[in-house]
Amino acid sequence: MIRFNSVHKWFKDLHVLNDINLEVKAGEVVVVCGPSGSGKSTLIRTVNQLETISQGEIWVDGVNVADPKTDLNALRAEVGFVFQHFNLYPHLSVLDNITLSPIQVKGMDKAAAEARAVQLLEKVGLAHKKDAFPAQLSGGQQQRVAIARGLAMDPRVMLFDEPTSALDPEMIGEVLKVMKDLALSGMTMMVVTHEMGFAREVADRVVFIDHGQVLESAAPAEFFSAPRTERAQQFLRQVLTPMR
Amino acid sequence: MNYHWDWAVFFKSTGIGDEIYLDWFVAGLGWTVAVALVAWCIALALGAVLGVMRTLPNKALSGVATAYVELFRNVPLLVQLFVWYFLVPDLLPERAQVWFKQELNPTTSAYLSVVACLAFFTAARVCEQVRTGIQALPRGQTMAAMAMGFSLPQVYRHVLLPQAFRIIIPPLTSEFLNIFKNSSVASLIGLMELLAQTKQTAEFSANLFEAFTLATLIYFVLNMSLMKGMGWLEKRVAVPGLIGSGGK
Ligand SMILES: Nc1ncnc2c1ncn2[C@@H]1O[C@H](COP(=O)(O)OP(=O)(O)OP(=O)(O)O)[C@@H](O)[C@H]1O
Ligand SMILES: [Mg+2]
Repeated sequence: MIRFNSVHKWFKDLHVLNDINLEVKAGEVVVVCGPSGSGKSTLIRTVNQLETISQGEIWVDGVNVADPKTDLNALRAEVGFVFQHFNLYPHLSVLDNITLSPIQVKGMDKAAAEARAVQLLEKVGLAHKKDAFPAQLSGGQQQRVAIARGLAMDPRVMLFDEPTSALDPEMIGEVLKVMKDLALSGMTMMVVTHEMGFAREVADRVVFIDHGQVLESAAPAEFFSAPRTERAQQFLRQVLTPMR
Repeated sequence: MNYHWDWAVFFKSTGIGDEIYLDWFVAGLGWTVAVALVAWCIALALGAVLGVMRTLPNKALSGVATAYVELFRNVPLLVQLFVWYFLVPDLLPERAQVWFKQELNPTTSAYLSVVACLAFFTAARVCEQVRTGIQALPRGQTMAAMAMGFSLPQVYRHVLLPQAFRIIIPPLTSEFLNIFKNSSVASLIGLMELLAQTKQTAEFSANLFEAFTLATLIYFVLNMSLMKGMGWLEKRVAVPGLIGSGGK
């Protein structure tokens, strides 16, 4: 479904992505983790070309996204993206946040789009909030709406960039639960997160990156019990040892 | 001081036909509103386009808009008016020149000049407000909209502009009031708007203080009602949590 072939990216002198080779198969859930500044956000954003790449190829569902001839709007309509800071449209109600793209990009009619939006809101447990504005919701609720907004386009793949790291601890669970349900429903997912419990339980594979390089790519059981590189071991000690 | 106060002056005959002085004020107010409203509509549309241009990644387009703003903000309004009235007509093609200078009645040509002048002047100021409004929005908004498959025009149309305009209603209100005040420059090229009518009343009737008091009152009431109207609009479109909106 997603395939990185020798992908490199430079920000001026900074080699943020260094020879990335990675595959996410249809129906797979891949968790990407790594220290701050290691290039995780940059990596996941290249999949729908919110970031361009300097060299290499990225194939999404048979389309080379780095090809200048690729219709990026059409690609992005098929790839859902959930941001760390939700990025809901503050001037629109929850329902309108979800229906805007289906109506404007896919040309869906309003009634059908709204019916679908209500269905998705039920799935994330927020049907009763459909007329609220984003500012009237908690962080966890906003993130669940953002997931519903992504799903409303019927994407082939869902990308998540640290979906829970801007949330208060008591709200993390409700968002992870929605993501887990989604994974169980067979969605292809690429998830940048430090929630190792989620990785262990839901991921098919964990990818560890540091300084823009993939250092490990293994099943969670293997990654957590026997990380091969020193840096992954160090990283795991940090995220798994509670500092409080 | 030997001034003869007479507040009834407004109901006295001007000596021209059966007009009373109050008729002059009404006609003057009519021109003031006709100049300001038409110029404002053009300024708002043109300013929005320029403001968007200034935020585009395309260097040529944003450069054009920047040059526009620099030009129209840095030349005094009166100079601009004289350019529009005395100079621009000479640059028109032959046929249009004849039309503007000879066939059009002088009131209409003065009206067109002052509308063009205020519209282009105010557009530069609206442009800056729109640009500021757009740039005040978090980058995540554009990214989220792009990630949902929107083209750049759709991002502006559905996500950026509806938020930017809500944020900038207060500064736009003051530009809207300014265009009414600035419309008084029209009196310098002979358009009989409110200020010109006031001066004429003062000269004809010798009741200078009454005339200017009434004019002041009219400008004041006009501005207060515009402010109330814009305040109402701001509440109407307010959305919880959007900074700059009057909702909370
Ligand atoms: N637009 C940019 N221009 C220049 N450098 C950038 C840009 N965006 C990111 N970087 C740099 O690239 C590196 C990787 O950034 P990235 O955001 O991908 O890291 P990350 O792994 O997501 O980190 P975090 O855990 O803090 O979110 C960092 O050193 C960052 O400073
Ligand atoms: Mg990041």
